[in-house]
This record gives sequence, C-alpha cells and structure tokens, in this order.
Amino acid sequence: MSDEWPLWEVFVRGRHGLSHRHVGSLHAPDAETAIRNGRDVYTRRNEGVSIWVVEARHISATAPGDKGPLFEPSEDKVYRHPSFYDIPDDVGQM
Amino acid sequence: MYAQMVKSTGRGVKSPEEMTPEERAFQARIDADEKIEPRDWMPDGYRKNLIRQIGQHAHSEIVGQLPEGNWITRAPTLERKMILLAKVQDEAGHGLYLYAAAETLGVSRDAMTEDLLSGRMKYSSIFNYPTLTWADMGAVGWLVDGAAIMNQVPLQRTSYGPYARAMVRICKEESFHQRQGFDIMMKMAQGSPAQKRMAQDALNRFWYPSLMMFGPSDATSVHSAQSMAWRIKINSNDELRQKFVDQTVPQAEYLGLTVPDDGLAWNAEKGGYDFTEPDWEEFFAVLKGDGPCNAERLQARQKAWDDGAWVREGLLAHGRKRRAAGIAAQ
Ligand SMILES: [Fe+2]
Ligand SMILES: [Fe+2]
Repeated sequence: MSDEWPLWEVFVRGRHGLSHRHVGSLHAPDAETAIRNGRDVYTRRNEGVSIWVVEARHISATAPGDKGPLFEPSEDKVYRHPSFYDIPDDVGQM
Repeated sequence: MYAQMVKSTGRGVKSPEEMTPEERAFQARIDADEKIEPRDWMPDGYRKNLIRQIGQHAHSEIVGQLPEGNWITRAPTLERKMILLAKVQDEAGHGLYLYAAAETLGVSRDAMTEDLLSGRMKYSSIFNYPTLTWADMGAVGWLVDGAAIMNQVPLQRTSYGPYARAMVRICKEESFHQRQGFDIMMKMAQGSPAQKRMAQDALNRFWYPSLMMFGPSDATSVHSAQSMAWRIKINSNDELRQKFVDQTVPQAEYLGLTVPDDGLAWNAEKGGYDFTEPDWEEFFAVLKGDGPCNAERLQARQKAWDDGAWVREGLLAHGRKRRAAGIAAQ
C-alpha cells in the first residue's frame, strides 16, 4: 500500500448561485485537512464561497473510448433545440 | 526556463509515414489544437517527456521558494513581509498544481520528490544563486518571475490539458510577483545612494542568470523539435530570450539602472536589442550541481523531507484509523 496521502479532487463554488466547479487536486490524510488545504491552495484570492472535496478514487468516469457511443447519438437530434422550429414572426415572442 | 533542458525521445520527429496509425491520429489531434487528457492514448515518449518537463517545472517552483524565503524574516517592513510571504506561498501552490498535473501521467508525488533529492531530476539553474541583499528580492521578482512569465504565458496553450490548466492558474498569479519585484526596485532605485547601489548590484548579479533561464540556443535541438511538434514547447529559447531582453531593457532604463552588458545595443533592423550571451560554461556547471547554492538548496529540501516524515506518517495513520472507524469529515 502506498504511503502517500490519498488524492482528493477539489470543487469550489465561485459565487453564490453558481455550481461547484472542479479546480484541481491535492493530497491530504483526511477530508477535514483536504478542505483546509483546498482553502489555502485554491481560494487565496476570493475565488470561492464553498468547497467540496472528494477522494479521487471515489470518482467514476467515462472512458475516452466511450465518447462516440455515448455522446454522438445526440448530434443528430436537432429537434431538441429551439432553433429547429420555424415560428412565424407574427406569433411574437416565444 | 523553469524546465530548461528537457530531453525528448532524442530520435527526432517522425514523419507521418513512420508513425503507427495511433501516433498519426494522436498527432492529428494535436495539430487540430485538441487537448490531450489523462486517460487518452498517448505515445510513450510524449508521456515521459511531459513527466520530465512538468516535474522539472514543479521542482523549480518549490526550490524557488528558498532564495526568497531567506528574506521573509528580514523584510524591511511588515507590509513587505506580508507581500513576500504571499508570493512565496503562491510558489508553493504553483508547485502543487504542477505536481498534480504530472501525477495524472502516472508518476507519484513521492517518486518525483525522491528523484529531485537524488539529483536525477533537475530544477531551474536560477535558484542556485544566492540572495544577498533585500534588493535581490526586487531583482528576483522583476527578472526571474518576469522571465518565467515569458515562458509560461504561451504554455497556457500547450497540448496536455492538465498542464495547460495549471499554467492558466499560475499565470493569473504571476503578474503580482513581477510587479511587487519591480515595485521594490523602484523604491531602491529612487532611494539613498546606498540603496541605489544595492539595486544596481542586484541587477548586475541577476541579469545573466536570468538570461540563462531560457536555456541554450535550441535551434538545432532534436529534443526541442519533438517537443514543439507535440506542442509541449511553443517558442524557441532564443525567441523568448530576445523577447525578455526587449521588454526588460527599457524597464531598467526607467529605473535609472544599467544593464551589465557593454554589447547591448538597439538593432533597428531586427527591431530588437543585440546583447551578449550568458556564459554557457557557467550554466552547464550550475546545472550539473556546481553552482554557488546547489548543495544548500538540496540540503534544505532533504531536511524538510526528512523532518516532515513523522508528520506525514502520523497523519496518514490517523486518517486510516478514522476511515476504518467510519468517521466522515464532519
Ligand atoms: Fe511560480
Ligand atoms: Fe512567481
């Protein structure tokens, strides 16, 4: 087993009303320290109002090879976008 | 630069015909300005080259804290002390962002640290020079961070996603570093004759080491050609050095200081300054370990690593125990 502190991914809510966004990673022995270090490393200039940390090993992700099967099917479904529909100007704002 | 002489495959750039289909597809993605992400397929050489480059860069940020850390307790005012502390803290952050980027390539943080301590991995030659007076804090911020910025700004567009994103964060923080340095130089240069002499002396000592930061001319280097094809190097060393000189000389004039180069002259034809090359013998000696502070710097890193061992181990054990007991963060 590695003697390194586990790797954590850090997410910061930049301003009230926004979602948390991934800003980077760090090593820490536990969640509490990860949050404290995350604050020191990623919010030294007013970059955030809230922090989430998640141990990297708990994140499941899509594989690069899945990109086609997963995301291409939505490309030809243009009817999901409002721009697909021609609504006459006479109808007014819609 | 912070990564001065990064070896690539050493075999030169492959032609499309020599590439495997995977390599060809990979090169096409880079040529199309797509970012490569950690789990994407990449040639072994690309991965190794990047680990070397990002690792060297990270080590430079960390070792680079030492010459400035030297003056935190002796800063002339409380405000200067707080500024310097904030700047040095930023450099620790830069090291962290870069180590994290390198780790996405499959190398561990501990392995990189051990390679630094054993001398297998390098850091920038510039940090092997001593910081003798307070004016050196000005010269380091102005010249050393200035040279670093010159190299880091284009690297925001590098092909490896995590490296590019680390560079974006770093560049946001760097311009404060250079400006606080220039601010110190302005104060000193406009101060008493003794202060002005200190400022001039700092410029004299840091000028050529700063030019060396860009590394020797790499116009004919096969390593650089490969790095450029992979977009992990964007500009040649000479190009960046020229840009740095052109930007810095008028700033020195503004300060009323003299760049220590008799060969310095404006060349209207090329639209830039002609200048004397640094002593490359000295550069290679410093890189090899024979600079004025190499031993001291590595000793300081070794001591921090050794003295911190009980903290790392203790907190790791504590974290594991809590996890086993099922105690979450709060
Ligand atoms: Fe930095
Ligand atoms: Fe800096």
